[in-house]
Amino acid sequence: MIEARGLSKRYGKTLAVDNLSFSVTPGRVTGFLGPNGAGKSTTMRMILGLDTPTGGSALIGGKPYADLKHPLRTVGALLDAKWVHPNRSARGHLRWLARSNQLPAKRVDEVLDLVGLSGVANKRAGGFSLGMSQRLGIAGALLGDPQVLLFDEPVNGLDPEGILWIRKFMHRLADEGRTVFVSSHLLSEMALTAQDLIVIGRGRLIAHSSTEEFVAAATENTVRVRSPQLAVLRGALGRTGVSLRDEGDSLVVSGMESADIGELAAANGVVLHELSPQRGSLEEAFMQLTGDSVEYHTDLDAPAAADLIAAGK
Amino acid sequence: MTTLLATERIKLLTTRSPWWSTLAALGLTIGFALIIALNASRPAEFEVSQTQFGYQFGLMVVLVMAALAVTTEYRFSTIRATFLAVPNRAAALLAKTGVVTALSVLIGLVAAFGSLGVSMLVLPDAPLALDSAAEWRAVIGVPLVFGVAAVIAVAVGVLLRQSAGAIAVLLIWSMLVENLVTLIPDVGQDIRNWMPFAMSEQFLLGPFDERPLGPWGSLAYFAGVGVALLIAALAVARRRDA
Repeated sequence: MIEARGLSKRYGKTLAVDNLSFSVTPGRVTGFLGPNGAGKSTTMRMILGLDTPTGGSALIGGKPYADLKHPLRTVGALLDAKWVHPNRSARGHLRWLARSNQLPAKRVDEVLDLVGLSGVANKRAGGFSLGMSQRLGIAGALLGDPQVLLFDEPVNGLDPEGILWIRKFMHRLADEGRTVFVSSHLLSEMALTAQDLIVIGRGRLIAHSSTEEFVAAATENTVRVRSPQLAVLRGALGRTGVSLRDEGDSLVVSGMESADIGELAAANGVVLHELSPQRGSLEEAFMQLTGDSVEYHTDLDAPAAADLIAAGK
Repeated sequence: MTTLLATERIKLLTTRSPWWSTLAALGLTIGFALIIALNASRPAEFEVSQTQFGYQFGLMVVLVMAALAVTTEYRFSTIRATFLAVPNRAAALLAKTGVVTALSVLIGLVAAFGSLGVSMLVLPDAPLALDSAAEWRAVIGVPLVFGVAAVIAVAVGVLLRQSAGAIAVLLIWSMLVENLVTLIPDVGQDIRNWMPFAMSEQFLLGPFDERPLGPWGSLAYFAGVGVALLIAALAVARRRDA
């Protein structure tokens, strides 16, 4: 159980995290979603006691991180897979971590086995690929068999196989009843990984709901219709008061189920060539929600810039 | 604390730089003693303190090794992994200081007696028995000075967090600044006499008639500088975002 209460962090003039309150429950994968620079990493670092909040507090199982005795037994975290001395072996890295929290040395070999690094245990970590480093980081997080796990952008830069492995791993950890808190800037990834979502933008809470609810609320459901008698259909649909949009040779209907549209077409003797429900793109929905809260805008879509480009300057 | 000391011992000895540093410190110190002894013009007048002239080389290596033990943690962010495992930052850094200091004392011990030993081998007729307190101090003082130097270097490493910066400050201070202040007219020599590394030199080699403190007072002063820097470093590390 992770709890943030009015968490804030100010760097000079910038308010990186702004009065953030949420709780993360056990037994589920909770996604922490937001564009780059939204304050996800800063929030995680405050939860883990690395950064001191300017205001508010973060608790793990009711306690601040600094008050945990042998914290690795309660909380496992992977904030950055590169937090390893490059000349230390994978086993050496895990050995000192285990020793610091009085964990048995045999636990090191267990977690190495768990993440599939037993074969390279004595190789220097500096020579690891990103995927292997990520696995080593996860091994470190699992060392104390903790009930709470935090992962910051764990799939960033991984190949599809690595992404799938991590996704399955998160699900397994949550199924074992653990609290799993994963950050990402990709809604499409979170839609596959997380059951709950905490969405932030510019340090502020935007949404806190189940992933399903968030996706359903965020995406507009439309139906694409193609027909040789489009004008007749448009007239019939227009009388029902739904909103219509022309898109090439097809009509995009929002606010009406595809079954109802099909029946309306049949009643009016209209032949349909296509009747397909459209799910709005997740990324578009996400952009819409967080659009105003992205920290670094590109100016490319500003009219002035467009004019400049059009003029070939 | 034993857990933390064991943790830091694993950390220190699972990288290569302390091993190389140890070899370099011993090789340079004892090698220099060998060269001095081989070139002794009057073996019968060769003194114990002359066998220890090479300690300055070992001191430089110890300063670099101890600073790197901390700054590489910042460089590779393993300091964050450390603070995640041990949220009591002062305790974690004290354990590190303890382990690095212990290794430095050990290096100093081997270097000092190694230097004395090779001198005895090369000059069997020289009066190198440790008969007086001053002679004992010249030898056994080396590990003590190395130990305090390690504390200073760890503290500077924590404060500056960068390898290049910390090493530059430590070496430029101990080799240049403390010597160049003597160029200041009138008060230069007095200022130098109160400088920490000058104090450590006075502790080892004297003379004390013109110096502000006696041998053990000089060592206490040197150690006091180390403790003050360490307290400042721990306070800063506690408050700073990791």
